[in-house]
Formats: sequence, C-alpha cells, structure tokens
Amino acid sequence: MPRIVVDVMPKPEILDPQGKAIVGALPRLGFTAFSSVRQGKRFELTVDGEVTEEILAQARNAAETLLSNPVIEDVVNVEVVEA
Amino acid sequence: MTELPLIGEAVAAPAQLIGAKIGVVTFPGTLDDRDAVRAIRLAGATAVPLWHADTTLGDVDAVVIPGGFSYGDYLRAGAISRFAPLMARIIDAAHSDARLPVLGICNGFQILTESHLLPGSMIKNDHLKFMCRDQVLRVENNTTDWTRDYAVGQEITVPLKNQDGQYIADEKTLDALEAEGRVVFRYVGFNPNGSRRDIAGISNATGNVVGLMPHPEHAVEAGFGPENGSGTEGLGFFTSVLNKIVGDTK
Repeated sequence: MPRIVVDVMPKPEILDPQGKAIVGALPRLGFTAFSSVRQGKRFELTVDGEVTEEILAQARNAAETLLSNPVIEDVVNVEVVEA
Repeated sequence: MTELPLIGEAVAAPAQLIGAKIGVVTFPGTLDDRDAVRAIRLAGATAVPLWHADTTLGDVDAVVIPGGFSYGDYLRAGAISRFAPLMARIIDAAHSDARLPVLGICNGFQILTESHLLPGSMIKNDHLKFMCRDQVLRVENNTTDWTRDYAVGQEITVPLKNQDGQYIADEKTLDALEAEGRVVFRYVGFNPNGSRRDIAGISNATGNVVGLMPHPEHAVEAGFGPENGSGTEGLGFFTSVLNKIVGDTK
C-alpha cells in the first residue's frame, strides 16, 4: 500500500532545544564530526489504493494545517513512497 | 458542582455577580479544569462545565481553557485540541461583536496560539526540563478583560508548571505586541523557560482573549497558594472578568 511521507522541520531561525541537547550528547559517545543537530518529524500517511493528485493535495493541506505549525515549523518534503 | 467550598473562605460576592456564568472547557487530558471551576466559584460566579465535543457554548459570559496535557501533548501541545468542535464556537465568539472573554492557561494558552487567537507559539523550555515553581509576574497591562483588577506594574506570585513553555514569535510580531501593549505579563527575577523578552502572557488586539503559561487558578485560596505573598494573587483574573461581565465601569 502506498504511503505519503511528510517531513516537518523547525524553522531555521528557531532555536531547536532538542537538537541542541543531542549535539551535546554526541561527542560524549565519540561522535565528534557533527557541529549541529536539528530534530524534525516524519509522518507516514497510508493510502488504501492509488495516490491521486487529489489525495496528494489533501496530504499537502493536512501538512500545512495540522501536521505542522507555520509559526515554528516548515513542511520540507511531501512525497509518495510505494510499499 | 453546586456544593460550596469546604476549605477556606469563599469571597463574598455582590449579588449581581452570582448570575455570571463562566464556562470551563475539558479536553481529553485536561488536568486543571476542577481548579479553574473552584477559582470561578471563589470569585463569586457560576462555573459551567463544557466538554470539548460540545457543539454549543450555551449562555456562558466568558470561557476559561485550563491547563493540562490535552491529547497527551501529541503532535504539538494544543495542536489536536485546536480542532475540537467547541473550539470553532469559541473562536467565532471571541471574534464576534460581543467579544467573548477567553482565558487560556498553560495548555490553554498553547491551544489559543494553535487556534491563531493569539500570535506566536510555545516550544520546549530552553533547559529541556519540566519546571514547577512559584513564579513572580509583573502585570504590564490592566486594560484587558482578565486584568482589570490589577495595577500596572503590580507583581503577583502564582505557580508555574510546564515543559513546553518557551514563548516565541518573530521579531516583527514581538515588536508589534510591545507597541500595542499586548504583553500582559512578564516574568520577574527569573525567566523559567527562555521565553522571548520574558513574556509570560499576551492578549489579542481587543483585550478579550488572554493567554499565559503560569497558573492563576492555583493561587486563589489562602493556605493553598504560593507561600510568598498572599497566596491568592491569581484571584484577580476571575474577579476582573466578573466586573467586566456585570458592566462595572473602571
């Protein structure tokens, strides 16, 4: 069954407290190559049947209204993944 | 809901206040609805329980959206509650000519920003921890429906308890809020969550919608509120809106 993947990230200008905590923990485990981390969210919307343009438009709309808050987050990707 | 408070001294209310009805909304995961109901009764009004799935507000004169963890804070704090049937009624009523007074406390504040009744948003505290403390706030605006009984510059102590309490908005929005006097409360002495410009609470342009992270409803009864100060310094929110409802001119 196809899925629509929606990726949401905190806006670049917004401090990401969780990413900041992660970047602090990485070097303690020996992962020293990373200077910054930003943590986002991935949603997988399963579709029963074919993903039409109309369904994809619904997913984009849902991404902007419910899945993300445009004040603090950007929808960075909406794509169809075949199972 | 009809019994009188068993503990503490109920504030004697003028007779005309008794008829004022203030709704308190419960969502799945709301925690502080009962405290809000109690605060309203101690202020002298009648509290009306409202359920998030209700499709009408009835004849309430004001609404409190209390704190808690509606929908477990899943997705984003307040994000799912914002689409509850009753929120559509509240948004309409807040924008109507009658300008229904609406107070959002903590999770209620988060629901109001997700609803776009108030600008900006809350993100995780800058120190990443849940924090619970008695917090001093400064009243910056006493012309809103919920702050009429305070003085500008007055400092009040009420409990604060949250994990996603860091208020943020872009600089343009922050400047506009400051210029229009819509920063209603600021943290004093200590910023508990990294909020921009020490902002603890804001209002909409017409002053009928107010949101804040700290909890005035937990500071309404002597002996049960913060130990510094009177412990009842949150009661003014509820007497303020009552005075507004009964048309007391300031």
